[in-house]
Amino acid sequence: MSRIIVDANQIQKAYGGKIVLDCLDLRVEEGSIAALLGPNGAGKTTLVRILSTLTRPDAGAATIAGHDVVREPRAVRAVISLTGQYAALDELLTGEENLRLAARLWKLDPREGRARIHELLSRFQLTDAARRPVKTWSGGMKRKLDLAMSLIGRPRVLFLDEPTTGLDPRSRNALWDIVRDLKRSGVTVLLTTQYLDEADQLADRITLIDHGRVIAEGAAETLKRQIGRDVVVLTFPDHRTATHALLTLRGQPATLGTTGDAVHIATDGSAAHVHGLLETLQAASIAAETITFLTPTLDDVFLSLTARPETRSEVYA
Amino acid sequence: MTGPFALSLSDSYAMTARSMRGVTRQIDALVTSIMLPIFLMLLFVYVFGGAISIGVDYVQYVVPGVIVLCAGFGAASTAVAVASDMQHGVIDRFRSLPIVGSSVLIGHVAASVATNLFSTAIVIGVAYLTGFRPTAGPLEWLGAIGLLVLFILALSWVATAIGLLVKNVEAANGATFFMLFLPYLSSAFVPTDTMPDALQVVTCHQPFTPMIEALRGLLLGTPIGNNAWLAIAWFGGILVVAFLAATMLFNRAGE
Repeated sequence: MSRIIVDANQIQKAYGGKIVLDCLDLRVEEGSIAALLGPNGAGKTTLVRILSTLTRPDAGAATIAGHDVVREPRAVRAVISLTGQYAALDELLTGEENLRLAARLWKLDPREGRARIHELLSRFQLTDAARRPVKTWSGGMKRKLDLAMSLIGRPRVLFLDEPTTGLDPRSRNALWDIVRDLKRSGVTVLLTTQYLDEADQLADRITLIDHGRVIAEGAAETLKRQIGRDVVVLTFPDHRTATHALLTLRGQPATLGTTGDAVHIATDGSAAHVHGLLETLQAASIAAETITFLTPTLDDVFLSLTARPETRSEVYA
Repeated sequence: MTGPFALSLSDSYAMTARSMRGVTRQIDALVTSIMLPIFLMLLFVYVFGGAISIGVDYVQYVVPGVIVLCAGFGAASTAVAVASDMQHGVIDRFRSLPIVGSSVLIGHVAASVATNLFSTAIVIGVAYLTGFRPTAGPLEWLGAIGLLVLFILALSWVATAIGLLVKNVEAANGATFFMLFLPYLSSAFVPTDTMPDALQVVTCHQPFTPMIEALRGLLLGTPIGNNAWLAIAWFGGILVVAFLAATMLFNRAGE
């Protein structure tokens, strides 16, 4: 039975009358990976800053491992680590010097510190570059070092604010592996992301937020079923065949594609369903040219979940 | 010995070591902050000095002013280091650690005092080569160094507050240039009584003039009057206000 390690209740925050977080609740189980998913300006970073004691909420309360983030910031800081959107490194120092500084600030004894630095450098494959100034490093390497800095003190809760924004796919995959590995070692991870794919790949639970509110929450699978369905796209040689196929597939949730020669059918993604579709067409002697799948994008998700005018003008009274 | 004070010392020491590395890795910036005052001194002594007639050997007159300019310019560059930390999220990272948060600022200020005393020593050395002959005994030197430390401390905290306020390196750079020109409106290069009356109101009532006059008195034996006390009052006050402002800005840095 896991216990709740991050517990935020009714968090409110406004900047200059503009509401950024609106009575937001969040609970994260110890040892899990939680994702805050939302577009730019949804309030993800503000929430992480409040949970990591950098910013005070206007109202509401939050605890990390039982410690209140406003009243006991020091106790909170002793169990958390924050890796921000930009690698917060001293670029004039070498990678090793950055880690040594972190080890000293975490009050590791020198021997333990050296061992930990060595371990993290080799785990993140940074040993070769360790003695070069960080300003000569690539973006992906800086992100990894940033994460290593966060792990020096063996935090119980790690906040990752958009950990892969701006990374190439290879560095992104490497970072994903590291995050999965952290979970295996018992660290609770709360990450923010704009990418549905990333939340899907990593998180046990996803909290979808927009305009400072939770608009959906759940395990990736549940959420995906709730927020959008895969679509099978069948293309045909011409418009006439396509409309013929559309008629044949009566009873299916099918629509004609905008190009006129394709049919879109909502699907649960199962092989049986797709097989059934093709069989029905074959029975009517219609041959589809190509078959592709469309997975809902974050845009689709937001469009379907946030049926509201684009501009809201809420102001604190 | 792990009381809060010992921990804060240990954090500040680690941060000072970090800031010192930053200084020594940017040799170009360090060289600029030493060479600029030296070039100005050579310019005033050899180019303008011949035409400036103030009754004493000009090099003796101008060196205390150049020392203040050098230390002030160097201290002001703390704003760039602090702003860079703000810009790159380094301050946020330190604020989320279980440490005495402001130790990162203390590190920058301590490094500033150390490097600026060093560059001041080089300026005095070059001044000696150009004919500067201080008459100060050990006590006067001690007093002069004490005043300089207070001066650098105060301006470093002002620069720290500016760095926290502007949050970007370019704007912080502007602050250092402002600092470079302030000493011109003082008795650094020519006696204030040669200036128009309206300007004298400014030059006689700003903190640089008593600081320079006090240094002149200590190093060369010119009359000090109440300039030493005025300098201590000015820069002591500036130090307290700037320290409080920097602390407040630091605590607010998350908003």
